[in-house]
Amino acid sequence: MADANRYRSPLARVRGLGAAKTGTEHFWLQRVTAVGLIPLVILFVIYLLGLVGADLATVKATLGRPVPATITILLLVAAFWHAKLGIQVIIEDYVHHEGTKLASLLLLSFACIAIGLASVLAVLKLALGI
Amino acid sequence: MAEFTLPKNSKVKAGKTWAAKPGAKQPRRFHIYRWNPDDGQNPQVDIYEVDMAECAPMVLDALIKIKNEIDPTLTFRRSCREGVCGSCAMNIDGTNTLACTMAVEDCAKGGDVKIYPLPHMPVVKDLVPDLTQFYAQYASIQPWMQTQSATPSRERLQSKEDRQKLDGYYECILCACCSTSCPSYWWNGDRYLGPAVLLQAWRWIADSRDEMTGERLDNLEDPFRLYRCHTIMNCAKTCPKGLNPARAIAEIKKLMVERRL
Repeated sequence: MADANRYRSPLARVRGLGAAKTGTEHFWLQRVTAVGLIPLVILFVIYLLGLVGADLATVKATLGRPVPATITILLLVAAFWHAKLGIQVIIEDYVHHEGTKLASLLLLSFACIAIGLASVLAVLKLALGI
Repeated sequence: MAEFTLPKNSKVKAGKTWAAKPGAKQPRRFHIYRWNPDDGQNPQVDIYEVDMAECAPMVLDALIKIKNEIDPTLTFRRSCREGVCGSCAMNIDGTNTLACTMAVEDCAKGGDVKIYPLPHMPVVKDLVPDLTQFYAQYASIQPWMQTQSATPSRERLQSKEDRQKLDGYYECILCACCSTSCPSYWWNGDRYLGPAVLLQAWRWIADSRDEMTGERLDNLEDPFRLYRCHTIMNCAKTCPKGLNPARAIAEIKKLMVERRL
């Protein structure tokens, strides 16, 4: 396969399209969601432990209360956001075909938004008693 | 996708064995990667037996002895033989290091010493990697002092404390051991600058006399140039000068966050 860049200087190749002037937002949000997940996971697990052996009605009632519902929704948003950012990095690391990369990143965004939204709606349904 | 297996024409085959002279007192076996761009053959690993009783202690000494006395076709880079020039960087005993500062005695617990070129770089011949891209990446961070204010009539002053901020960074000899040990550099070396070049970038960002800190950060603010570093730490583990490129990268990331909070 002929290298389309073979006549470009090494410096021209390295400078490429220039710095994207982004990346810090992604880096920072990944840390922010990670820090947020620590207390949220602990609180959620405490609620879950309290529900061991409980019947369905109790579980629904507990998760429907304002504080547990808020914690659960925050946990879901942070977890899916964090997962989206993390998996994006893995795709960018390992998938080098531009088309496959773009398709994977789109699929990732759609999946995280759709599954995350569905999960949040499930908790809202309990909380609002609909 | 990232390549996890070698292409067909890069698969390494067994090569020749060069036995030690009869009567050798301390024969030691060196398995050395050989590849010749001119013969159309796959790379092979030749085995050389060197009498360590007749050889100086470092791996580079053994390589020079092999080239001088056993096989003059063996090709490698070397110059200062004291860990200052960075020419003899290669993969010895599974770790990137300098052949001149690595004692044969400390290799492979007394077993056979395996020597390969720096990983995941194009090979020019035998143990000589093509570092063209690495040097272009170094050039891209503009590794020289840049200022806006008028040239002073005397030296640019720097406090002792500010000078100390360069310690652990100015010692880098650009041997490329760290960059070629970094999986992120293996998979995305065309866009990720790698630990050595980012350490050098930090060396100029950290310099109190340089006036282009913001532009230098702008030039690095990129998901690939900087943020492919996932703190794997191979760079710090392998550096033959005992430096910590991962810390330099973390310092750059800290400034990136600091200037927007």
